[in-house]
Amino acid sequence: MLFNLAIKNLIGAGMRTWLNVFVTAVSFFMIIFISGMYDGMRSHAKQVTIDTEVAGGAYWHPKYDPLDPFSYEDSHGIPPEEIRDLIKNEKAFSILVSQASIYPSGRMMPVMMKGIEPEQSIINLPTRSLLKETDGLIPVLMGNSMANYTKLKVGDSFAIRWLDANRTYDADEGLIVYIMETENFKVDMGTIWIPLERAQTMLDMKNEATYITFAKNISTVQEKENWIYRDVDYLMRDMEAMIAADEPNARIMYAILLALAGMGIFNSQILSIFRRRKEIGTLMAIGMTRSRVVGLFTLEGGMNAFFALIMTLVLGGPVFIYFSMYGIPLPIDYTEMGLIMAKRLIPVYTMGLFVSTTLFISFVVLVLSYLPSRRIAKMKPTDALRGKVV
Amino acid sequence: MSNNSVVNITNLLKQFPVGGDYFTALSDINLNLENAEFMGLVGPSGSGKTTLLNIIGGLDSPTKGNVNVLGMELGSSSHNERANLRKTKMGFIFQSYNLLPVYTVFENVELPLILNKVETQERNRLVTQAVDWVGLSDKIDSRPAQLSGGECQRTAIARAIVHKPTLILADEPTANLDAENSHHIMNIMVRLNKELDTSFIFATHDEKIMAYLRRIIHLEDGQIVKDEHFDNPKSGKN
Repeated sequence: MLFNLAIKNLIGAGMRTWLNVFVTAVSFFMIIFISGMYDGMRSHAKQVTIDTEVAGGAYWHPKYDPLDPFSYEDSHGIPPEEIRDLIKNEKAFSILVSQASIYPSGRMMPVMMKGIEPEQSIINLPTRSLLKETDGLIPVLMGNSMANYTKLKVGDSFAIRWLDANRTYDADEGLIVYIMETENFKVDMGTIWIPLERAQTMLDMKNEATYITFAKNISTVQEKENWIYRDVDYLMRDMEAMIAADEPNARIMYAILLALAGMGIFNSQILSIFRRRKEIGTLMAIGMTRSRVVGLFTLEGGMNAFFALIMTLVLGGPVFIYFSMYGIPLPIDYTEMGLIMAKRLIPVYTMGLFVSTTLFISFVVLVLSYLPSRRIAKMKPTDALRGKVV
Repeated sequence: MSNNSVVNITNLLKQFPVGGDYFTALSDINLNLENAEFMGLVGPSGSGKTTLLNIIGGLDSPTKGNVNVLGMELGSSSHNERANLRKTKMGFIFQSYNLLPVYTVFENVELPLILNKVETQERNRLVTQAVDWVGLSDKIDSRPAQLSGGECQRTAIARAIVHKPTLILADEPTANLDAENSHHIMNIMVRLNKELDTSFIFATHDEKIMAYLRRIIHLEDGQIVKDEHFDNPKSGKN
């Protein structure tokens, strides 16, 4: 009975209903849209890190600690035979890390110098550019942000100074062979990439490496001699920690959006319910109980949320599909701020996001419909009939 | 209180809190209404007629005294019991019609039957019959905004009678109507009273209505000052 009455009331109210539904639908849309963007940012950051840095995991030299640059001097060695087999079969590649100083335009700048196998295809870095002929100069690959910071461009040369395995400083001229566009600041800022063999020669660390990155979907999980196996989860833990640290921000954002949506819904529900005081009085006079009046108005609120969901899917669906296919262009380059973010952000709209948002907003709408109607239903029928304000 | 009694009120007192004090709206009211009576509560504004009507309808509660309506002691009954009494045995007619604006004539009249959980087919039959009674068959799909004042009040009457109540309470039913419509409405109610034995209580100060009443209770300052009976009131004609 209440369902039929609620349907009649909603359809009969015409424009008023559709305005309420529209406000709720806009709330639905905004929450899904912003949450999708947020999820897209996080998913993209993870994807880029795996794609350009982590791949399927790594074996670390036992003394290697990426957060302690002083460990680099000692964290190098010849990988165990099993790992070398992986490298030989192109399922892994070596990286040799050392501290160095560069002198672009006469300024000194400490950097992390990474020797990488130029022909690797396991991570998505343009390392083949390091094969370019440089007349004896050290071919150097660097990221866009690093190049901007050092004001270097392709073809520029600069001095590089390093400490070799014998604790002797040496220096040579480097030549920028390629500047890569990358969103991963960890392979960009403060890092120069040179060919592995050249690095091994410069550092007097023949056949040595600091860590070995291996391809995805390789089931070599056990430790190789004393080299430490690091899986993707371990290598992503900084990123996960960043995301986890960002979780409260996401929740605050969600709460703010929900509060804004809630205020809109509450406002329209209050208006709708309070202007129908006389109607409520009439329903009571002809024998509707208070609980049924509350039930009727709450049900109307619930149906409002349901119609809003349909409207969101019909009107917002194509927008969601378009953005999830073509992305949203971002006005500024966030990578300069140390954030892994695409220039065109692809939002991620999951079924979970739709379901949780729908359930949550429907619950909020039900509560926001229930509260004012309960208050109205508590009025004396005579006051409600007179349209008296509570 | 006879077996035939529809309303029986003894020593009714109704007070409203005003500031830190109380305003006495009704005092020392004793009244008995038999079945099929056609009675009016008459008096100037503020005399307490609407308050008395609301108490009889269970929309308001007495401060003191006993109010027995259709066998139910209203003072000791719950909200839900009173709502159920109104739903099954009473009909209300209001001065400003109180039709639901988004419903058609049919849907407005149908509402008490929906609340009483009457089957769809029976509902359609009873609504059609009630609308026919008040002469609005051609307006059955119209909404209140498309009706004249007289038509709205006739819709309200149809809504009040559709579930065949024992008692109909009408608060100034002709106050917003012109003379012709007022007589038309009153003729319908007289006919209902005669054919269905429905009891009517009017709250009014409209002399056009008074001419139709068989009993008039005069109220002044919340007290009954006169109880008049008429053997041959105007009935069924203009």
